[in-house]
Parts: sequence; C-alpha cells; structure tokens
Amino acid sequence: MSELPVSAIDSIHSEAFLHGLMKRQLKLSISCAVAFIGVLFGMPMANFLAPDFMAQRVGGFTLTWLVLGVLFFPYVWIIARVFITRSIALENAEVRRAMQETSNTPR
Amino acid sequence: MLTNIDPWILSFSGITVAVTLWMGFRAAKTSKSAADFFVAGRSVSVGWNAAAISGEYLSAASFMGIAGMVMSSGYDALWYPVCYACGYLFLLLFIAGPLRRFGAYTIPDFAEGRFDSPLFRRIAVCFVLFIGFFYTMPQMKGAGTALAYILPGLPYWVGVVVVGAVITLNVALGGMKGITLVQAVQYWIKMFAISVPIFVLLSVYGGYGKNLSRNQSAQESALVASATPLREPLPEKAPQDEAWLAPFGPLTTKAVKSAAAALPLEQRAAFLDDHQKSYSLLYTFSLIVALVCGTAGLPHILVRFYTNPDGMAAKKTTMWVMILIGVFYVFPPIFGVLGRNLLPELYAGVGAKGTDKIVLELPRLINQKYGLIGSILSGITCAGAFAAFMSTFSGLLVSMTGALAHDVYGRMLRPNSTPAQRMKMFKWCAILIGSISVILGCFVEPLEINFMVGQAFAIAAASYFPLLFMSVWWRGMTMQGAATGMLVGGLCALVAAAATNASNLALDKGPMGTLFTSFRPLNSFWASHPLLRILCEQPAIWTVPLAIILMVIVSKATRRSIPGDVRMKMLVLHAPEALGLKQEYIQEHQGPAH
Repeated sequence: MSELPVSAIDSIHSEAFLHGLMKRQLKLSISCAVAFIGVLFGMPMANFLAPDFMAQRVGGFTLTWLVLGVLFFPYVWIIARVFITRSIALENAEVRRAMQETSNTPR
Repeated sequence: MLTNIDPWILSFSGITVAVTLWMGFRAAKTSKSAADFFVAGRSVSVGWNAAAISGEYLSAASFMGIAGMVMSSGYDALWYPVCYACGYLFLLLFIAGPLRRFGAYTIPDFAEGRFDSPLFRRIAVCFVLFIGFFYTMPQMKGAGTALAYILPGLPYWVGVVVVGAVITLNVALGGMKGITLVQAVQYWIKMFAISVPIFVLLSVYGGYGKNLSRNQSAQESALVASATPLREPLPEKAPQDEAWLAPFGPLTTKAVKSAAAALPLEQRAAFLDDHQKSYSLLYTFSLIVALVCGTAGLPHILVRFYTNPDGMAAKKTTMWVMILIGVFYVFPPIFGVLGRNLLPELYAGVGAKGTDKIVLELPRLINQKYGLIGSILSGITCAGAFAAFMSTFSGLLVSMTGALAHDVYGRMLRPNSTPAQRMKMFKWCAILIGSISVILGCFVEPLEINFMVGQAFAIAAASYFPLLFMSVWWRGMTMQGAATGMLVGGLCALVAAAATNASNLALDKGPMGTLFTSFRPLNSFWASHPLLRILCEQPAIWTVPLAIILMVIVSKATRRSIPGDVRMKMLVLHAPEALGLKQEYIQEHQGPAH
C-alpha cells in the first residue's frame, strides 16, 4: 500500500472500484463455469436423449465412454488455463487502471 | 497366525512406510514456528503444493475403490473420477484466490473474520471436525483392510493402530510443513504405482479400447456374430455387457429396480419403462452436484491454499492439481475394464475379497507369462495403496488438529497464548485426534468405505461450499444467514444420507443387520417411494440449493448485521496483491490475538 500515492488509495477504496472489480472477476468466472457445466450436465442429457449416437464405437470405446473417461480431463485443463491467463491479465489491468487514475487526478 | 505373505508386496509396503517416517523426521528439523506447523510458513511453491494437495486428495477410495466400482458398475462409476478431479475447477473459479488473499490459517478463521463473529467460528469448527472424522474413518478402514491383505491373518485393528500411529507421529513432529514434503512425494509414488502396472498390462493383454470392445451390446453382438468374445464367461453376479457399458446402469438404477421388484410381475416392465431412465438421470445429476460441490468444500483441502504465498499462486496451484489428479484418474477405470475381462471371478467375492482388490490382484496375472514381474508390480500397487491412505489421513489430521489447536485453544480457550504455546498444543492435539481416529477406525470395519466417504462429501457440499461461495461473492451475507444455511443444509444432507445407509445396513445378514434392525421398515417405504429414496441417497441436488436459499432469505431479514467494514473485507478478498491490500488475518509477529 505504501508504494501507491494517496489518491490511488482513495480510488481503490471507492465503491465504484470494488463494484467494477468484482463484476469483471465474476463475469470471467461465470463464463468459464458455463463452459464447464454445459458439458458436465450436457453429457447425461446426451446419454438420455441420444443413446444410440453416444453408444457408437470410436476406437473400441463407446463415444460417451471416450468423452467422459478420457477427453473430459483435457477439456477442463483448457478451461483452467484460459481462466488463469485471463485472470492474470485482468488483475494487471486493474493495477494499471488504478495507477492511471492517480496520474489523471489533478494535483 | 501370518501365512502366505508375498515378500515383494511386504517389501514395497515397508519401504513406503519407512520413507514416510524418514521424511517426516527430516522435515521436523525445519519446522520451527507456529506458521510452519499451521500453514508451512506460507512459503510452499506452486509445484510442491500442487503435488502435496494431489497426494493428500488421492485416498484409498480413489486408488482402489474407483477401479473396483468401474469393474462392478461400469460406465456410471466414471462420474466419480471425473467429478473428483473437475470439482477443483469450481475451487479455481470462485474460491481459491480470494480465500488465500484473506490470509487466515483455517476455515473457522475465515468464518470469524468475514463476519466478525466468534460464535460462527465455533459452528465452523464443529463442521471441520464432523467432516474430518467422517472422512478419517474410511481411511482407517482402508488401512486395516490393506494391511490385512498384505499380511494375511493379521487382525484388522492392528493395521488401523499401526498406520494411525505412524501418521500421528509424523504430523505431531512436522506439522503442515512436514507433511507437505511427504504428501508431494506420495503423489508421485501413487502415480508411479497406478501407471506402470497399467502400461505393462496393456502391452500384454491389449489396449484400453480393445478391452472395452470385448463388452458388446445385444445390437453389436448381432451385427458381428462371428467376433470372438475373448473373455471368460461372467459369473451370475456380474452385470451383463449392455447394462455395464451403457449409461444409467446398476449404480443409478438401484432404487427404481427395488421398487419394481416390489410390484406384481406383470406391472414391472411398464414401471421400469416409465421411470428407470428419468430417475437415473436425476440420480446422476445429484451425484454430480455432490461430488463437484463437495470437492470444493472439503476443509482439509481448502486449508492447503493458505500455504501458498499469494492468491495468484493459489490459482496456479489449483490448475496444476487438476492436471496431476486428472492424469491419475485416467488409470483406475482401465484397471476396472481389464479386471472385467481378465479376473471376472472377483464378481463372486464380497467386501475386501471382491472387486475392490482388483488393483492389487490384477498385476499378479503377469506372473503366468513373465515370472516374478507380476508379483513385483503387485508390490508396487500395494505400496501405492499404502501411500494413498497414509497421505489422506495426514492431511485430515493436520486440518482437524489445526481446528483444535488454533481455533479452540489459540482463539477460544487461551487467546493470549504465545505462538510457542500453540505449537506445543498442536502436537498434543495431533496425538488426541490421531488416537480418536484410531479408536473410531477400529469400530467401522463392517461399514462400507463409500458409506462414510459419501457422508463427508454430502456434508461438505451442503455446508462449506455454500458458505465459501456466498461469503466471497455476496456482500449482503450476514452471520445469521451463513450459519442458518450451513447448519440446515449440512444437517439435512447428513440425515438424508444416513437414513438411506441405515436402511441398507438393516438388510445386512451379519451383526450390523441386528444393530440397525429398527430401520428395516424404511426399506418398504423406499420400495413404494423410489424418488424419495434417490433424493435421500443423493441429497445434494436439493440440500445445496436449500442452503443457498436460506442464506439469502435469512441474510435479507437480518441485513442490519452486515459487518460495517464489509467493503474493506471484499477488497481484501478480491483486489490484486499488487495494490497492497492483502493482509494476513493472523500476524504471527503481532502475537496471538487478532
């Protein structure tokens, strides 16, 4: 905290800063969660609605077994990787924004 | 009397215990401060912490239970490894970073700090111990069973006492810093032990897909009538290929099939046509909610995120945990698939002599072709099983000991105690909790591991997960709302799951059947209400929303008690570390009280 000027500290403690910060973080988390939940809950639905399609063989596996038992893990890793990358970018942008507001503040 | 001991299995298991002890003693020399004991000095790197969390998480149920469950139940059992691993994504997206930024030692610290309520700390401590003991008992059962397998003839309780004593000693000596190193190494032992035998087995008996293709639906069998089955005939108790291979199989259709069995013969087919798939779908959804939310609400896992240097490290750690655990969880189902083709006689066994021991037994088949290699591989998998229940029990012990030594002693009983006094108390509490766990473990031999693990996940999903999710993201939450939701959700999950399992135990032909005989009428009730049975057996689909709804309603009704400094708390939870808002809730150098 001591590295930031007083005007930046005031800006960080404002309601507008907190609201914007949480909104952007939540938006990122929810968009990644939707990609995850969509497939997670979509699998049982696909098994329920299109059992023949999900039962077709791919390299000895049934399609549903291949997706759930093997491919689902790398899919989740990709979501996690995207989240981490964007989360770091978002946090860096927040710090830059806070510093920028400081430099724009009339002295 | 001990007979038929396989020297390879004994050697590998002995080496695992010896390495665990040696590392614990070694780490004890570097654990000096209270922060070392509770949160490993907050200095654990991403790689070490990810391996340690993975090592702690992969319990005996993961190492042995999933393979056995895939062998016995087929496709539906795949939801367990998938959700165990992917539940961490919820932690990553919503909880890991903010929780670390808050800077507490334990979850009760967070509960008190977020709502400025010492009362809420007490409630949260109760749940740490509740969930911890429910999760500890199956680990003790795993220890007793595995040692009895390694040393045939050894009484079950000896295994519980020996393993319990070894781990308690390790935790008491080294605390969190000590077990971090041990658990990280144990992850790699487990990874090696589950993967190497699989690679050898697949190279000898054919690939994953090839073995799976030996299970054919009626339609496929008709199409390729000339194809050879390449498999021994299945025993009567084994599920048929179609039910085993397809979704909505034996695991999720138990309730509806029991209900159908109670109907007159001519009505059964119509009843199953009407209800089987839809009820199975509901069961599957509820199972997913329980496992995903339960994983994100286990206190002994959550407490590990405090050992990271900062919130971003906590997020990176979670991602690596998902990769390490995900890679691991690809292997146990392969054991299940191979076991169905190569050792179908295990379907006829029950308990420890049934499909649960497929991971230990299957590598021995290699002996038929390549001499001792099978025994060596079986020894390696036994060492992995040993590492599994030892590492999970270590983590649980640290979490529960932390709750007692830090939350109860350091914050409630002796708030003016020095860090040195709390460190000493940590050691005594580790011995106390370890002893209670061993005693409880000796009593649970007749109970199923899944029975107890299921209870822990159900309680965590409906209590800690809603608490953490809502506390981190909703400023309007009050202590009254959080406590009501957590208590009602958690207790409903506990009662619902316990009622189902008590009715199952009432059907047991052994002593447990006599003990639970008063629950026998429940089975008639389930037979006429299969939907209610599913909602009790897998309660998460209604208890998790119930907890969240209660949190919202009660918080709105008590909005006057929203902490005055909630904006600052939210800033600490969400603002990047570079802005300088991060605070360690517990400042060791400032003394005990916050």
